[in-house]
Formats: sequence, structure tokens, C-alpha cells
Amino acid sequence: MILEWIGDVILLVIILPVVVYLLNGVFRAANGIVPSVNRIARAARAGSADLDAVPLLLTTQDQVGKTIAAAADYGGSLDVILDDAEGA
Amino acid sequence: MPAAGIVMIIAVVLIVVAIVVYLVATIAALRQITAGLDDAIAGVGEIIEKSAPVAPVVADINANLDAGVDLLEGLLVKKAGLTDAVGLVDGLYPGAAAAGLRNFPEAKTIKPPRIAEVYTRGTLTLARLGREAPIAAASPNGPALRNPAYGSSAARTLYPDGREQHARALPRSPVIGSDSPVQYDPAEEVGGPRRRMPATSSERS
Repeated sequence: MILEWIGDVILLVIILPVVVYLLNGVFRAANGIVPSVNRIARAARAGSADLDAVPLLLTTQDQVGKTIAAAADYGGSLDVILDDAEGA
Repeated sequence: MPAAGIVMIIAVVLIVVAIVVYLVATIAALRQITAGLDDAIAGVGEIIEKSAPVAPVVADINANLDAGVDLLEGLLVKKAGLTDAVGLVDGLYPGAAAAGLRNFPEAKTIKPPRIAEVYTRGTLTLARLGREAPIAAASPNGPALRNPAYGSSAARTLYPDGREQHARALPRSPVIGSDSPVQYDPAEEVGGPRRRMPATSSERS
């Protein structure tokens, strides 16, 4: 009989608070991750939206090619028109 | 049932209730985390998909720009010589001579001639012409000087000593009478060329 009472006291005074403390720690840790994950999701969406202008690089690529081609044409003409520097 | 057994059952029930409450709350939090991670993974997937063609396009742009730099540097050095080329670059971009030319490492050791000072007048003229051009209307240095309605007169002011637009002073009418400075002798000059022409405005002044 005394042993049963001792077991009851251990359950109520030691086991129950320890279980509550551990479960509360797990719950708080899981709850603390939620806002971080939401921020990551927002950042990923914003990064994806920022990359919407990437197709314009194709226009830049085309324009750079044309510009360099035009510069090459001018350079070829200047090479014919102008005399070379002395010693060049 | 003894009282100790009832107390034990109550204690066990309390422990089970605590476990259930906290586990349910934790499951709810983990579900929110799963939904957030799904969103994040979708966003990252879009980023990967959209950025995939960037590398080859940028590499191609860089290759073209490299070719352009090689072309212009080579042409400049060929036509102006390495020393003057460095001077021209330094004149346009003060301090750039320290970096030298990419394909001519020896350019870093050259002291750039002060070409910008020699060509100051011409540079200013070109700059002014540039500001008068319609394309300079959006110049950050201010509105263009060119007036489209009177563009030719604005350009003419660049050469104030150039072509004369009209005579500065016309010759005055001759003074006539017995006391005029130039006497006309009909006996001598009728029917023949005049002996003396009237004075011009420049001679009088």
C-alpha cells in the first residue's frame, strides 16, 4: 500500500511535469519554425518575380551582337581610311 | 478499489491528456511548416527554371564585348600608336591610363601624354555641337542649346569671324556743289572715264 502511494507521488510530482516540460519544448520549437518557413517562401516568390526580366537578356544579347558588328564595320573602314601610326 | 489505485489512474489519465494536447498542437505546427516549405520549393523551382539560360547568354554577351574591346584597342593602338592611345584614353577618362590597355600590358608603364589639353578647344567645340544636337535634348547636363526654328543662326555663332553676312557700311552719297571735296570738271570728263573716283567708306574712315 505504501509503495502504491509512493508510485502515485512519483507519477504526479515527477513524471507528469517532466512529460509536460518536454512536450512543451517540442511544441515551441515547431511553432518557432513556422514564421521562418513563411519568410523563406516569400523570399523565393520575390526572387522568382525578379527573374521575370531574364528574357530581356536575349534582346541585350542580340543588340550587343549588332553593336559589335557595326563597330567592326566602322573599324574596318577606319583601318582603310586612316594611316597607321609610325612604327605600328 | 483502494484510493491509491484511483489516484494512479487519475495520474496516468493526466499524463495521457497532456501528451495528446501537445502532440496535436505540434502536428498542427508541422502541417503549417509543410505548407510553407511547399511554397518555398515551388519558388526555388521557378528561380532555377528562369535562371537556367542566363549563364550561356551572359557568356555570349561577354564574348562579343571582349571581341569589341580587342577590335577597338587594336585599332586605336594601330592608328595612334601605343603612347598616344594611352594619352587619348587618359584624356577621356582621367586616371584610366593607370589600368593600361587590356591587350597591351606594357601600356601601364607609359606616362600618358597630355593630349586632352592640346585638343581642349576642339573638344569644347565638339561638346557644344553635341549639346546643340536634338539628341542632346535629354542630356543630364541640361536642355539642348539648339533652337529648331533658328538652328542655322545658332550654329553660325560658333564662327563669329567667319563669313560676312552683309556690308558693315555702305558708301555715302557724293557731296555735290562748288565746295565739294571732289570737283567735277565737265570739260575734261564728259565722254571719258573719270579721273578720280569718289572716296569709299573705308577710305573716309
